[in-house]
Amino acid sequence: MTSTDPSAAEAVVFWVCAFLSVVGGIGLILSRRAVHSALWVALTMISLAVLYIANAAPFLGMVQIIVYTGAVMMLFLFVLMVVGVDSSDSLVETLRGQRVAGILLAVGFGLLLAIGLGSALNGVPVVGLDGANGEYGGNVEGLARLLFSEYVLAFEIVAGLLVVAALGALVLAHRERWQPRRTQREISQERTRGGIHPAPLPPPGVYARHNAVDTPALLPDGSVADISVPGPLRARGDLRPVDTAAVAETAALTSGEATYGPAKRPVADDPGTSPGEPS
Amino acid sequence: MSEYTFNDPWWLIILKVLAIFVGLVLMTLFTIWWERRVVSRMQNRIGPNRVGPFGLLQSLMDGFKLGLKEEIIPKTAHLAVYWIAPVISATMAFLAFAVIPFGPMVSIFGVETPLQLTDFPVSVLYVLAIASIGVYGIVLAGWSSGSTYPLLGGLRSSAQMISYELAMSMSFVAVFLYAGTMSTSGIVAAQEPIWYAVILLPSLLIYATAMVGETNRAPFDLPEAEGELVGGFHTEYSSLKFALFFLAEYINMVTVSALATTLFLGGWIAPWPLSLWDGANVGWWPLLWWFVKVQLFIFAFIWLRGTLPRLRYDQFMRFGWKVLIPASLLWIVIVAAARVVRNEFSVTTQELLLLGGGLLVVIIVGSWVLQVRSERRERAQVEAAKAEMDKPFDPYAGGYPVPPLPGQEFTYTSRRAKAAVVEGTATRTATAVLPGESADAPVPSTSDPEEGTHA
Repeated sequence: MTSTDPSAAEAVVFWVCAFLSVVGGIGLILSRRAVHSALWVALTMISLAVLYIANAAPFLGMVQIIVYTGAVMMLFLFVLMVVGVDSSDSLVETLRGQRVAGILLAVGFGLLLAIGLGSALNGVPVVGLDGANGEYGGNVEGLARLLFSEYVLAFEIVAGLLVVAALGALVLAHRERWQPRRTQREISQERTRGGIHPAPLPPPGVYARHNAVDTPALLPDGSVADISVPGPLRARGDLRPVDTAAVAETAALTSGEATYGPAKRPVADDPGTSPGEPS
Repeated sequence: MSEYTFNDPWWLIILKVLAIFVGLVLMTLFTIWWERRVVSRMQNRIGPNRVGPFGLLQSLMDGFKLGLKEEIIPKTAHLAVYWIAPVISATMAFLAFAVIPFGPMVSIFGVETPLQLTDFPVSVLYVLAIASIGVYGIVLAGWSSGSTYPLLGGLRSSAQMISYELAMSMSFVAVFLYAGTMSTSGIVAAQEPIWYAVILLPSLLIYATAMVGETNRAPFDLPEAEGELVGGFHTEYSSLKFALFFLAEYINMVTVSALATTLFLGGWIAPWPLSLWDGANVGWWPLLWWFVKVQLFIFAFIWLRGTLPRLRYDQFMRFGWKVLIPASLLWIVIVAAARVVRNEFSVTTQELLLLGGGLLVVIIVGSWVLQVRSERRERAQVEAAKAEMDKPFDPYAGGYPVPPLPGQEFTYTSRRAKAAVVEGTATRTATAVLPGESADAPVPSTSDPEEGTHA
């Protein structure tokens, strides 16, 4: 059965993940949007992690995803989003000689890789996976032993470097505080005791005939609530006058002095000034 | 790779995958109903009770409705990313469950196999890794919607997940130290004598706090705070894509609860009174204990949602970075020190506890003294700052024109006064300008025409 043959399955995993990671690398370079580039890098990283796991290094694979995909790329995305969703990158090169430097660095990196791989393939005695893992009782234990014995100095130096970088970021982002910090209590006291209307302002009056913004709302006693009309209109004096007759009629209706219907109008004997008509 | 899957035959692997998939979907439907009922009860309501017995089918019907709804995609959306975001969210939610152990060895169609899909030496880290990819779904949904509120939700979510994932993974360290392994089944087996919830209680508390932040649930649901961000990252999503986010949120809830059960409540191992029965830890019964323990955590989630108001964003971040992470670091140091002392020196548990208690008293008293002193210093600083603010604004402090500090009022000084000061400061003596003095100052004739233009 092919599905249980380890080498065939591994070959399939290798070709799929290798293809995906190369596609991710090419996508990173060809993308126009920074966010898309970041996503391509994430794809490359995840493919590499799968390759590590398939090569019996599950710890390395998991750490690759947690640290690089989960934390580093996520921070990249965070910064890209803060910088701006729609800001397309300028393709003008501002750093002089960056192409030459880039090519030199790439060649240097390639050389380093080749030398490292070459020495790993030639000079090192091969003990096999079980031998390497079995020495300290497992993959994770072996890594821990190496990190905290042979490479502890390098480990500590890298840690110091990272701490310095973090402190540098803190110093750069630090802002001197001029005033003592205002507590939540002080802020809310300021808000409520300053004589400002703390709640939303009352909306303009809405009547059967008018619901324009220049129609002021009426308070329960029938007086006009000025703040219900927007400030600029108030400043121009564009308040629609309140139909006092209508207000009186409403008051009469609510107090029971008048009833609905045309025949029983209390002021029906004066047809010229029928209340409720627009004046 | 076959050692990762317990040498199961292929059909059994597929069966387990299917069972996990179907089980999680059913669990989601059940959890939504359960949450609505419990929250209703807490708010003196009844909750869904129309569809099916006790309203159990309500969430199924809601799912159908969501699927049949019209899909609206904003014009400004970045389509490819907009499509892939809910898929990432939902897929990762399902994947994380692969390493959760549900029970001991059982016999399925004649094959002896544990109730767990896969396990490897670092499977707890696998859950963390999957969770950190799952965040991409939320962040990308926020970004690709091309709209303000989702973007803010996505930003909040990425910051929140990174911060709380730190505290979460640090709470695991003590468990790893005690269990001596990072495989989920190994950790469950190591809790046979006693649950880690008992001996590592601070770790459980830190994990429980971080898991609420990690799943964006109330009171830490800032990425979708409806009062501020409409719907947060999923504001612009509708129909099945929204349903996928919904599904992912509830599966994540189940996953973190299952992980908490595995790491701290002994997984499928029967609790005390039940463990007296010999048959409690064999066969299919442990699946029930596991389910009940997970439901306990889910109930806690619901309880929190029904009780606590949402935190302000800065308070939430401050809590994560300044309380949770230092606390878990301190706890790791304590646990590691205790382990070393136990291993290297021949001390009894009693002596160790006494020593720890003495240290604790010293730390508490010392921190109290430090707190009082720092508070006094802070108060003095505030007083000094206030005194500084109360001084009148001196626009030529030190002989140069300076803007007012925040909180200071700008007081107008006429050009005559300025000219007087300039003459006065020719000898480098900084004199404060008082309004009354300006009238007496000699007026250079050259400044007169200019002054007219500024009047």
